[in-house]
Amino acid sequence: MDYILSIVVLACINMIAVLGLSIFTGFTGLFSLGHAAFVGVGAYTSAILTYYYSVPFPFALAAGAAAAGVVSLVIGIPTLRAKLRSDYFAIAILGFGEALRVILENLDITNGARGLPGIDSFTTLPVVLICLAGGVLVARNFLRSRWGVACIAIREDPIAAEMAGVRLFRTRLLSLVVSAVYCGLSGGLLAHFLSFIQPVMFTLLQSTQLLAAVIAGGMGSISGPLIASFVFIALPEALRVAQMWRLVAYGLLLVLIMVYRPQGLMGYSELSSLFRRKKAEPVRRQP
Amino acid sequence: MFLQTLITGLSIGGIYALMAVGYSLVFSVLNFSNFAHGAVIMLGAYVGLALATKLNFGFGLVLAGSVAGAGIIAVLNEKLAYSSLRRRKAPSLYLMISAMGCAVFLENLVYATIGSRFYAFPEFFGRQVVTMFGSSLSLLDVGAFLFALTAILGLHLFISRTRTGIAIRAGVCDMTMCSLMGVDLNRLISIVFLLAGAFAGVAGVFLGIKYLVYPTMGWVTNKAYIAAVIGGLGSLPGALAGGLILGVVETFVSTYVSSVLRDVFSFSLLIAFLVWRPNGLLGIDSEDKV
Repeated sequence: MDYILSIVVLACINMIAVLGLSIFTGFTGLFSLGHAAFVGVGAYTSAILTYYYSVPFPFALAAGAAAAGVVSLVIGIPTLRAKLRSDYFAIAILGFGEALRVILENLDITNGARGLPGIDSFTTLPVVLICLAGGVLVARNFLRSRWGVACIAIREDPIAAEMAGVRLFRTRLLSLVVSAVYCGLSGGLLAHFLSFIQPVMFTLLQSTQLLAAVIAGGMGSISGPLIASFVFIALPEALRVAQMWRLVAYGLLLVLIMVYRPQGLMGYSELSSLFRRKKAEPVRRQP
Repeated sequence: MFLQTLITGLSIGGIYALMAVGYSLVFSVLNFSNFAHGAVIMLGAYVGLALATKLNFGFGLVLAGSVAGAGIIAVLNEKLAYSSLRRRKAPSLYLMISAMGCAVFLENLVYATIGSRFYAFPEFFGRQVVTMFGSSLSLLDVGAFLFALTAILGLHLFISRTRTGIAIRAGVCDMTMCSLMGVDLNRLISIVFLLAGAFAGVAGVFLGIKYLVYPTMGWVTNKAYIAAVIGGLGSLPGALAGGLILGVVETFVSTYVSSVLRDVFSFSLLIAFLVWRPNGLLGIDSEDKV
């Protein structure tokens, strides 16, 4: 039972990070291969605060999320201002994520590549569920706000959006910071759940997993990525018997999704819309 | 000391350039970042290793075998994972994710079947050392550097002089137009991947000899992306220049500043180039157009 519980908690923690990336990728249309680094920043900041300075857990979590947001400004301001092509942006943020990991590996306070053991495990299922529910609520309201609508407009057509008066740089930066804050929160919860963190846990592979959940779940959807991330966490656990082969299957799955169902599980729709009466499908330019 | 560092840097840079050329070639034609390139390099090294240890082939045959093997793997990779996306004109980021999936798939396939052991190539060159201007250089370093230069020059001649080369350059400019002029795009792209794979095979063998062969050795291609960006994505002379510059700069940073900061420095260089000079040193202008 404990085992299943811990899988559920892990999946929910992962869902929070995926939710953040979904705002950035699924709704603003920018791809990131470095968001695991923001999870890492959140994890390390909050863990260091509770571990060395015995800061209360909620404040440490908030600090971790805030730190991730601030760090995202460091990469976001120069790259988004330069209006990089979207694939160049993905490579730039990949480089940033890797550089951040190397820095984490070489600081004294993070205990280097050996990792930080013995963090108090404050994260319980209710805490995670509250964070996740709050996260979904905030994301939903954010996407319905002026800013969220501006994000979606940029995804559909940056040039037309700019013509309509959307400020590209500011809106994209806001979306990046919001997504990084989600990732930071997820990192803080992760650190206080596993009670051990290591820089290796926040590499390009993890960034890809986050992005894969967003893509597999479907762009422009909140529920799709959440379902996909749950499956991505739970499925490998169910396949534990086949230890070595699960990552093989995972890689294959990514390729198959891209080849056969690029719109993902719930592309541009929500779970709740399945239960509503069918409205006329809006005409959409297929990518 | 200075000269020694410079030459070590150049030899590492030569290997970076070999990796960057293949990566850049694919980028120039299909406009996406082929993250599976590292996995192809790794498989090329394994093919070479199998030939060298199981069949006791000499260096020339090992190199040829690995070039052929990696080339075929790269072509298959394109056929299975990219071609349908390409035909559907999917955004390049879908191709990137598919490539990432391939990398994860291939790497873990090797883990699951061959295992995570580190293997060493038999010593082809021994530990021969040449002394030049008072600094000693390993024969392997010099050989790798010269071979990289020759191979890239050969590719450059191929691309600029032959019919197929002209077709490739036309494809870089405009795929649709190129196919209207009667070029078989599928064949052309297979050739591009074959070339990229061949270079990956060479890079794999040299990496394997210089270091070791193991499933995650392909991650070094991060450096190839950086080299390609510095030189200008899609430009072959750029990939060579970028590889050499990156190799030299990295070696100097790790010798004179700190070996720990080396990677941070390289990645910062990548970001700086992308922000201020996204077309690199020798790249062609490629703005997003309306």
